[in-house]
Amino acid sequence: MIGSPLDLWKEETLTKVLKRVAELVAVLFIVSLGTFWLVSKMDTDPAVTMLGEGRTEAEYAAVRDDLGLNDPLLVRYWDWLSHAVTGDLGKSVVPPYNGISDRIAGALPVSVELAVLGMGMALLFCIPLAMWSAYRPGGRVDRLVGAGALGVLSIPSFLAGLLIIMVLANGLGWFPRAQWTRLGDGIGQNLYHAFLPALTIALAETAMFTRILRNDLVTTLQDDFIMSAKAKGMGPVHIMVSDALRPSSFSLMTLMGIGLGRLIGSTVIVEYLFALPGMGSLVIGAANTGDFVTVQGAVLVIAVIYVLTNALIDASYGYLDPRIRRAHV
Amino acid sequence: MTSNATRESTRPAERPRSGTLLAVEDLRTVIHTARGDLKAVDGVSFTLDRGETIGIVGESGSGKSVLGRTIMGLHTTGPTTTISGRVMFDGRDVQSLGPKDLRSLWGSQIGMVFQDPMTALNPVKKIGVHLTETLRKHQGLGRTPARERAVELLDLVGIPDPRRRIDQFPHEMSGGMRQRVVIAMALANEPALLIADEPTTALDVTVQRQILDLLGNLQAEMGMAIILISHNLGVVAGRADRVAVMYAGRVAETADAKTLFADPRHPYSEALLRAIPRLHEPPHVRLAAIDGAPPNMVQPPVGCRFAPRCAYAQEDCRTVLPELEPAATGHLFACHHPVNRGEN
Repeated sequence: MIGSPLDLWKEETLTKVLKRVAELVAVLFIVSLGTFWLVSKMDTDPAVTMLGEGRTEAEYAAVRDDLGLNDPLLVRYWDWLSHAVTGDLGKSVVPPYNGISDRIAGALPVSVELAVLGMGMALLFCIPLAMWSAYRPGGRVDRLVGAGALGVLSIPSFLAGLLIIMVLANGLGWFPRAQWTRLGDGIGQNLYHAFLPALTIALAETAMFTRILRNDLVTTLQDDFIMSAKAKGMGPVHIMVSDALRPSSFSLMTLMGIGLGRLIGSTVIVEYLFALPGMGSLVIGAANTGDFVTVQGAVLVIAVIYVLTNALIDASYGYLDPRIRRAHV
Repeated sequence: MTSNATRESTRPAERPRSGTLLAVEDLRTVIHTARGDLKAVDGVSFTLDRGETIGIVGESGSGKSVLGRTIMGLHTTGPTTTISGRVMFDGRDVQSLGPKDLRSLWGSQIGMVFQDPMTALNPVKKIGVHLTETLRKHQGLGRTPARERAVELLDLVGIPDPRRRIDQFPHEMSGGMRQRVVIAMALANEPALLIADEPTTALDVTVQRQILDLLGNLQAEMGMAIILISHNLGVVAGRADRVAVMYAGRVAETADAKTLFADPRHPYSEALLRAIPRLHEPPHVRLAAIDGAPPNMVQPPVGCRFAPRCAYAQEDCRTVLPELEPAATGHLFACHHPVNRGEN
């Protein structure tokens, strides 16, 4: 049914999307197999974890058999994977032995919200800062913002978080610390409690984003089309926002994609600092208690999110630059 | 094509069609670089009448592009640049204007066409936006009228099927088409002056001619004055009323085009003319080249800038900088020992 250019375009798009999906599935397969293999090498024996001290040989053998630990790795992997695709990630091997999917369903929204809020804030801060710096490279604002970014980057996030708690929660009393309200219990309360941890995350990201975007803006502003926009009488704000920003945001988008995936699994420090029930706490807690099933499930979910986010970021390049819309992928 | 009624209503004001539009007086642009002060434009004076075309010719690095940008006010005195002399445009001193006044001048009173159409358009913006943003800024047009006018402009510069083209991106067009868009952009608000900086250098030869013809036709229709900057005398021939030959930041010779081509007095002009390949000459003959390279403009030669490369240079050429002197009405040259002396 290839006739009009539109049909052709649909055909091409469909092929591209299918190709992309196949790639993603392959990546997830490799990641999950890798995780499964690594976790199986953990030196804690889940049967021992479950039974504790006073166990008999027979009980031990029965539990190992029940958990499928005597099967070959690939059989166990297949067993786990076939359940995982239906949304069943198994049960925890430590008390209270609850379902892992439920535990992740509880922790994931916290981490996703923190990551998204933190990224959103960072984006909101970095765009005006980068534009202001790039307007006069080497000028006073540029040097001040550059030094500030370097300073923020060199502060470890636990220290930044402690400072934020000291000033904004304990000192000024504007925000609560160490509380969490679920999104379902009212968005106002939820944002109020999420603000400080999100700000802690946003600080370091802002510093990084600002430097990257500023550099790309400075390069873009040397381009001929900026001169030609200027020669049309367009003002500096118009040129920054409408001409320079989009062609300068590739590195920023890439960094955001990587960052978003990374943050969901690794905001442990911030979660600890603010006592938040997120993915980081879940994974660390599970790893410490030898709860290998939970680690497996959580890592798989994080990997899925990571891969999907980066697929979205890749798709956004087409929006940023129309020249690559039909070129590849 | 365009109904006259809408054209007239969008025109800022009816302008006089004669008289002096631009007066450049002893203009100097010094760019401060790490290696020293670069005298890119070093004392240039000329005037341009409304509707007139002046061709500015010189080799790379002769300061012609910087001259164009200084006239426009794109270069202003600041940490990296010092400008002296005066540019009077339509009775206003361009260098004394603030950034806001300059922006209201750019794109509305003075338009600029750049050398490379492949890079002069923003790759992420549709053709239409390039045109409508300047129309909306300078004429205060709404979204729909601006788009209508943009379609008319594309039609005016000879882009076929403008209603479809307006929604395309620059990369979907050829170089020649893009240069037409750049011209439409520069002329959108019917400026009194168009500065065309090497408008055809990046295009292939057949397209070059089309673009130059287009500029000529638009000039006849809109009546703007043109500063046509080129390294190629052939481009300027037949298009410019007057020609100024620039060398090392200074005008070496200026005359009306016919005189300059027929009777060059400056050895550099003569050498440039000889470097143009000619059809009636026998094939496989080595083209006349000018030996040497343009001088370092951080430390230009003390005397005549061209002396180190000049076949006729004498002792005084290396010590005394020649000033522009009249040979005849409107014909000026800066040379101690001019060529073609007896033919006048």
